[in-house]
Amino acid sequence: MVGILEDKDRIFTNLYGFHDWGLEGAKQRGAWNATKDILSYGRDWIITNVKNSGLRGRGGAGFSTGLKWSFMPKEVKDRPHYLVVNADESEPGTCKDREIMRHDPHLLIEGCLIASFAMQAHACYVYLRGEYVFERERLEAAIKQAYEAKLVGKNNIHGWDFDIYVHHGGGAYICGEETALLESLEGKKGQPRLKPPFPAGAGLYGCPTTVNNVESIAVVGTILRRGAQWFAGFGAPNNAGTKLFCISGHVEKPCNIEEAMSIPFRQLVEDHCGGIRGGWGNLKAIIPGGSSVPMIPAEQCENLAMDFDTLRGLGSGLGTAAVIVMDKSTDLIKAIARLSYFYKHESCGQCTPCREGTGWMWRVMERMVTGDADPKEIDTLLEVTKQVEGHTICALGDAAAWPIQGLIRHFRHEIEDRITLYRSSKSNFAGHTIAAE
Amino acid sequence: MSVRRLAAVQPESFTFKPETLEKANWWIAKYPDSRRQSAVIPILWLVQKQEGWVSEPAITAIAKMLGMPQIRVYEVATFYTMFMLEPVGSAALIQVCGTTPCQLRGSEALMKVCKDKIGPKDKLSADGKFYWQEVECLGACTNAPMAQINDYFYEDLTPDNLAQIIDDFAAGKTPKTGPYNGRFTSEPLGGATSLTDPSLFDGSLAKPIKIPNAPEAEKA
Repeated sequence: MVGILEDKDRIFTNLYGFHDWGLEGAKQRGAWNATKDILSYGRDWIITNVKNSGLRGRGGAGFSTGLKWSFMPKEVKDRPHYLVVNADESEPGTCKDREIMRHDPHLLIEGCLIASFAMQAHACYVYLRGEYVFERERLEAAIKQAYEAKLVGKNNIHGWDFDIYVHHGGGAYICGEETALLESLEGKKGQPRLKPPFPAGAGLYGCPTTVNNVESIAVVGTILRRGAQWFAGFGAPNNAGTKLFCISGHVEKPCNIEEAMSIPFRQLVEDHCGGIRGGWGNLKAIIPGGSSVPMIPAEQCENLAMDFDTLRGLGSGLGTAAVIVMDKSTDLIKAIARLSYFYKHESCGQCTPCREGTGWMWRVMERMVTGDADPKEIDTLLEVTKQVEGHTICALGDAAAWPIQGLIRHFRHEIEDRITLYRSSKSNFAGHTIAAE
Repeated sequence: MSVRRLAAVQPESFTFKPETLEKANWWIAKYPDSRRQSAVIPILWLVQKQEGWVSEPAITAIAKMLGMPQIRVYEVATFYTMFMLEPVGSAALIQVCGTTPCQLRGSEALMKVCKDKIGPKDKLSADGKFYWQEVECLGACTNAPMAQINDYFYEDLTPDNLAQIIDDFAAGKTPKTGPYNGRFTSEPLGGATSLTDPSLFDGSLAKPIKIPNAPEAEKA
């Protein structure tokens, strides 16, 4: 068998769009089946079962989805409740939510209804990144089908008035941060808010709001249909479920694939991606969870289980489960310098350590690429990443710091070699002591 | 952060076309009455679709439409790099993804094609037909390297593919979107390793089911 997960246990059965994305096709594949029964068991039952399934948020942080839902006020008072779906997918390496929205949009819409019901929200906004034009058109079309079939809307067949709207984002990475997303949804620049208050207390338009990732919401219908224990049966304890992995970079066949959590990395790439380009021995390093997590060198990849806790134990993270694979031909310093440019470009400019730090780190990284640096600057760079990390409102500062920290942690010798090589080709260089002859 | 300024040369005025106006009102209706400002990004994008870029008179018109101070629309237009603040090519706006996953698979070669065929980045080409830029991750990393041209994604590109695509746009054609290496979407090249079980698609999953863990009262 290929991989660990069997087809019968896959949630996203139209991941590649080989079949009908529309309502009829989705129903054939089990979407919208018994949704009314699920709602009839009440919101406490839904939240308890989502908690029991062990589902952890699929947007990167890995926080329990059921627990997050339970933070919403129990009673609706003067302010309406909102569900906001974070579809601002822009973490480098990550392209899973896109497949859900263009190929299995009805699973997402159904999940939005169930989650909104569980949190007593009558309206849901899906914040879709601006560049996903095709995905937005597809999702709008699917929502139109759901309205026409009275699955959602006022007086729908499920008995819970519910409106779902697609919102058009501006294509900014920072808007994947939940409070920046809410600012953007309110028609402002996407700059994160200070927390508290948390969105569950004061979110969209100052009302109680929960922000969830697309994948976290889209799996809910199937989890409740199959049972919490079914979902909890995959993966290591505390790392339950199935997961969409996006494998990019130097593998023979990059692809998206739904697999069981905790699948060994080697099995993941050898079964589904045709292996590392040039064979397993040609692997140099991986960035296992989207660009924001520190890289892991090849020697740690041999028996690596792809889940939250294992990767955290290695000083990295599962993040969005977007694995960027780099073989021995890769200039790692350049690859990380390009990420530093990304964070410099995407910093919203609100906090000084990030606004100034991302630019500074990028400029130093560019010099490290050519080797035009002093070996002492490696420590200075590391020190600056620590100054940025944890000193900003949101995690973008951390995300900019970690890739560089990962590089220095595992491949410091490459940076030093680069500097030595640069110096050996120059008769003199900055800081060089020239004898006064 | 990126430094972004409005173009030095601005048109005299801006008028919404009827179809843009209709679409704009459709967006505004999605938000509560007192929250019209929420529609600012969608409407800026509609304006960009109409004109190709966002001009100062357009910003003023949007501010008036949404009852916002002009500076707030200006702020949004300059914050989000998706909004083009100067005229772009009449045939195509080519945005090559340059972030690491695409870089690892050859985006630099794609950018060289653009440079050779069109000219320097972030500039309108001499014939006014093209404008190309390097952009940050577009979220199609397993189909790297890729580019967004006008609205849609062109994936799994080689330099030859991109050169041909540019030629096609120059000739007034619209080349096909999606992967250029023979695969359908993001499945492994040569055939999917999953989702082959026919019972997923024969309707058996649509049959009435009993929900597990149902509360006791419901079971009775």
